[in-house]
Amino acid sequence: MSTATETIEGLVKQEYKYGFTTDIETESAPPGLNEDVIRLISHKKQEPEWLLEWRLKAYRHWTTMQAPQWPKVHYPEIDYQDITYFVAPKNTSNGPKSLDEVDPKLLETYGKLGIPLNERNRLLGVAVDAVFDSVSVGTTFKKELGAKGVIFCSFSEAVQEHPDLVRKYLGSVVPHTDNFYAALNSAVFTDGSFCYIPKGVRCPMELSTYFRINAAKSGQFERTLIIADEGSHVSYLEGCTAPMRDENQLHAAVVELITLDNAEIKYSTVQNWYPGDENGKGGIYNFVTKRGACRGVNSKISWTQVETGSAITWKYPGVILQGDNSIGEFYSVALTNNYQQADTGTKMIHIGKNTRSTIVSKGISAGHGQNSYRGLVKVLKGAANARNFSQCDSLLIGDKCGAHTFPYIEVKNTSARVEHEASTSKIGEDQIFYCKQRCISAQDAVNMIVNGYCKEVFKQLPMEFAVEAQKLLGVSLEGSVG
Amino acid sequence: MRQPILAIQSLSAGVEGRQILKGINLVIRPGEVHAVMGPNGSGKSTLASILAGRDGYDISGGEVIYCGKDLLALDPEERAREGLFLAFQYPVEIPGVNSTYFLKAAYNEIRKHRGQPELDAMEFLTFVKERMKILHVPEDFLKRPVNHGFSGGEKKRNEIFQMAVLEPKLAILDETDSGLDIDALKIVAIGVNKLKRPDNAQLVITHYQRLLNFIVPDFVHILHDGRIVRSGGKELALELEDKGYELIVNRTTVPA
Repeated sequence: MSTATETIEGLVKQEYKYGFTTDIETESAPPGLNEDVIRLISHKKQEPEWLLEWRLKAYRHWTTMQAPQWPKVHYPEIDYQDITYFVAPKNTSNGPKSLDEVDPKLLETYGKLGIPLNERNRLLGVAVDAVFDSVSVGTTFKKELGAKGVIFCSFSEAVQEHPDLVRKYLGSVVPHTDNFYAALNSAVFTDGSFCYIPKGVRCPMELSTYFRINAAKSGQFERTLIIADEGSHVSYLEGCTAPMRDENQLHAAVVELITLDNAEIKYSTVQNWYPGDENGKGGIYNFVTKRGACRGVNSKISWTQVETGSAITWKYPGVILQGDNSIGEFYSVALTNNYQQADTGTKMIHIGKNTRSTIVSKGISAGHGQNSYRGLVKVLKGAANARNFSQCDSLLIGDKCGAHTFPYIEVKNTSARVEHEASTSKIGEDQIFYCKQRCISAQDAVNMIVNGYCKEVFKQLPMEFAVEAQKLLGVSLEGSVG
Repeated sequence: MRQPILAIQSLSAGVEGRQILKGINLVIRPGEVHAVMGPNGSGKSTLASILAGRDGYDISGGEVIYCGKDLLALDPEERAREGLFLAFQYPVEIPGVNSTYFLKAAYNEIRKHRGQPELDAMEFLTFVKERMKILHVPEDFLKRPVNHGFSGGEKKRNEIFQMAVLEPKLAILDETDSGLDIDALKIVAIGVNKLKRPDNAQLVITHYQRLLNFIVPDFVHILHDGRIVRSGGKELALELEDKGYELIVNRTTVPA
């Protein structure tokens, strides 16, 4: 048995494909965090006074807060004075310009990551906003989207061009007081994507933001705001990678989604931040706050996440179901291998009548990975006939990893119906041997079983990304059987 | 004489220092059906496991030549690709993995191994449906996850169906009759008989004689305490049924 278990563990060794660095001239703020740094960031971005005030308010609040201690993850205390809060490739900090002027080195970087930005090679049917360290370096298909009235641009540009929309919605779903990392983000966020879908418009293509951390000793703090006006529809995808570095890097993003009456946002994440090496050295701390508000009746927000990277993942994409008949969904695959840790799940807050939510969480633990599902389903007094269905499955590969489930359920309305199902399974030596006896190698067998286990979630992803996600899981599990 | 498909010579093996097989000799040639019978604990399933390459056994002596190759030097998946098939006593459930997908992957591994082009999904489906007809396998077998939620009988039938698709040179049936009622047993046996060809062979491992009413062996071997203590034709199985293991084993003590 012991030899066999080692074989399975051998399978989970992976090579991180995106670990290269781009050698590019940058300008940056001095490391450390104080009001001057925040003023500098705001000044660099030529922000209006109200936004600077908003940042400072968040910063002052942050200084009174403590990092959350409740997640089931362990890491040495972070020295926030040792982080550089603003790093930008030279000549980009004044906001994005046309793609023609983007440094060819940056274009090459995104090309290597499989995200070509130039006109000729760019992905068909997907508009991309590329964020490199602290700034957006370019957005594709802007003209085509503009023709439909869809606004898709970097956050910095939105502050300049659409200040009223930004001011109205920024912080309206995740206030700066929400939690430690959200407060930090509100103070120092540098860029991100902004998206507005006007009334009645079905966004003609997938929108996507690709985040890349490049600089050492820096953090990435981006802010994404998506507003779907009445009767509109948009599907949005984010991807992320980072170089392999020995020290840990912090990524603390905030994503806010808003749907008005009859609108729908489908938000998918394929998270592949550098997970650290096989001994747990280095990797990204991914401490992210994502939340959507179904403000309007019959509106819908759906989160799909495939989390394979990061040394530590701490995120709970949730939905506040305010509008009557609104729908919230959360589909998640979280993989922890080697010494990765994940504490992830969702919050579904039922406020309106007849609101419905679905949670499907698939955790996979391999190596020494620790994987926790943490979820809250809350039904408020007025949420008559609210319904929730949750399914939390854990899959273990090998015998040194762990899976944990922390479901919280609070129901204050007697007509509500809440269901929770959970299961834990293990890829057994018996299954591997059975596959081998049917000509299939151990590595292929593990990939087959893992992909089969995740199918329910993968089928929620846009088609081309579902294929990517499957491959990604395959790569992440490479080496988990010898 | 034709080259044997399988030649086992003085095979000794055990688990954690405990000797289970104590010098097995067995030769199987193309076109033959062999039955190995024996009481519980005689080493029947160990023999099947070692031939298929399951981990955890110490081979302390002897050799196994399979189609001219040293079988014990091959990985389990290589043995399978070379045409050795084990119908499991307890087929494993693999939730989430679609049967068609699984079988196609297995089948194409064999084709790759032989240097043949792989079949695409459509070609494979055509091929597999024709195999299903021969065995009267219900179509939903293909749509369900591998063995997941199958009844005991369905699992055994699925093993024989996989055997029909993979067309092995040597099929080892490890207590395929266990847990089957007589109707299910018949269905399985008829399937096995249909797959018999002059260029392949079957090794049927069983505790009871009743399976051999339907799969008629050319040779019967009685395994007791890690040794084959008697070999004979199909009538040996009937004699065994009549007298029981005790009598036969005691009458045929073999010098150590």
